[in-house]
Amino acid sequence: MTKITKTMGLAGLAAITVAALPAWAQDAALQSPAAAATATVNKGDTAWMMTSTILVLLMILPGLALFYGGLTRAKNMLSTMTQIGAVACLAMLIWVMYGYSLAFGPDVSGGASNFIAGLGKAFLAGVTPASQAATFTAGVEIPEYVFVCFQMTFAAITVALVLGSVVERMRFSAVMAFAAVWLTIVYFPIAHMVWAASGLFFKAGALDFAGGTVVHINAGVSALVASLILGKRMGYPTTPMPPHSLTLTAVGTGLLWVGWFGFNAGSALEANGTAGLAMLNTFVATASGALFWMLAERARGHKGSALGFCSGIIAGLVAVTPAAGNSGPFGAIVLGAIASVVCFFAVSVLKPRLGYDDALDAFGVHGIGGMVGAIGTGVVYAPSLGGPGAADYDMGGKLLVQIGAVLATIVWAAIGTAVAMYVAKALTGLRVAPEVEQEGLDLGEHGERAYN
Amino acid sequence: MKLVIAIIKPFKLDEVREALTTLGVAGMTVTEVKGFGRQKGQTEIYRGAEYSTNMVPKVKVEVVCASDLAPRVVEAIGQSANTGAIGDGKIFVLDVGQAVRIRTGETDATAL
Repeated sequence: MTKITKTMGLAGLAAITVAALPAWAQDAALQSPAAAATATVNKGDTAWMMTSTILVLLMILPGLALFYGGLTRAKNMLSTMTQIGAVACLAMLIWVMYGYSLAFGPDVSGGASNFIAGLGKAFLAGVTPASQAATFTAGVEIPEYVFVCFQMTFAAITVALVLGSVVERMRFSAVMAFAAVWLTIVYFPIAHMVWAASGLFFKAGALDFAGGTVVHINAGVSALVASLILGKRMGYPTTPMPPHSLTLTAVGTGLLWVGWFGFNAGSALEANGTAGLAMLNTFVATASGALFWMLAERARGHKGSALGFCSGIIAGLVAVTPAAGNSGPFGAIVLGAIASVVCFFAVSVLKPRLGYDDALDAFGVHGIGGMVGAIGTGVVYAPSLGGPGAADYDMGGKLLVQIGAVLATIVWAAIGTAVAMYVAKALTGLRVAPEVEQEGLDLGEHGERAYN
Repeated sequence: MKLVIAIIKPFKLDEVREALTTLGVAGMTVTEVKGFGRQKGQTEIYRGAEYSTNMVPKVKVEVVCASDLAPRVVEAIGQSANTGAIGDGKIFVLDVGQAVRIRTGETDATAL
């Protein structure tokens, strides 16, 4: 049985920085031994993890589909929602075929095990109702099938998040081709690096409770690169492209927040106090993010807006994702506030200046918010700030690990996304015809209208 | 017969309808429209992207009435739709050549 777990920070390795990367190549023996034969499966933990898994599905459909859909123009509503649903479904199928194995399967030999696992669990070979996956508590495990499902929803939402930058102009077939390649060469390796016991960042002790690097920085940076390769929407930025329904965006925001409790508190892998801390932080960091985005709007001389409120909620959620179980509640409040204000400037000041068309601000909110969260987690983890770190916590060393993990994720995601986009371009062509873009992808790509 | 067309502020519709019903006007057609006149448009901001909309939402009321009633219809709309602020709208009066009630075939005054 493979030891499967998510990093909570290995204090002894905290001082290792990315500069020491080559040294880890010989460290494959660090792979944790099989759990003791006495490991038990707790029904409460199992029930909570199954519930969390379904909550993450709620984030995708209908949460993210409505959040993104409401932000697009009415003629692209169905296209946006369908793309999100379809790539999530594709991710689920690929996950059980080979994705789970590449991320959490048996170790490969040599240095490659830092980056990817083997295909020994392809098609879930050897996984049975009796197999178990480790949690953070020695001797406590959850059924491996539940772990497979929980991690499956993470792969599904991450690839759906990327689409935020390319909606309203990318072909449906290109989206599907891109998703298959991107999951394979970007998501599975990064998930392995951060969450598998033999992964590079895991061994370095990088703190990422629920996927700040794997999900948000990864999706955000990929979204930016994809939108740069795809190009701007016709008429951007001179033609007005206001959101067609902030009502639906607000509904989606609420569903995302609710679902995020499965995402963050579920990442404790048990129903315990750490899950409770993650839950509390997912409340308060988000609340602070929502209000601080509106304050930032006021400070810029604008009105406090509904979209600002929703955006602040997402920015707070993104920032607290790596910190959920790695921060005290007051550290989380500060983290949510800072991420919200930084994201506000990224989308309303930086993006117009740089001129790229990240249509729904997947990079501005998930990428930037994820980076603030990942680096900030290294700060709020400190016991002096109310975090759960040990008394001898070395903040400087941990920050270097966090920054190293962020930079490595950025580079990996950017290169992998470029490859995936050009593969999709070769297979299907990236953009819809100009007439289709003009008329809307709902009619042009799906033969339907959202509103009749 | 006259056709009275009034472009008014949307929230004034109920008052206008009430004033015209009091005069004995038996029907009207109401359309949501957009347009511009002297009133400036609004500015909308979404995540920092500013859009100024030149077209302001208005309601168009169309009433056909007997020629002798038309001045009082115009006066009633003028009073009930007035806020004194820019953007209150406009009233146009046109001649109507014929009117027919489709159900009965009645024409002109009896059709109104």
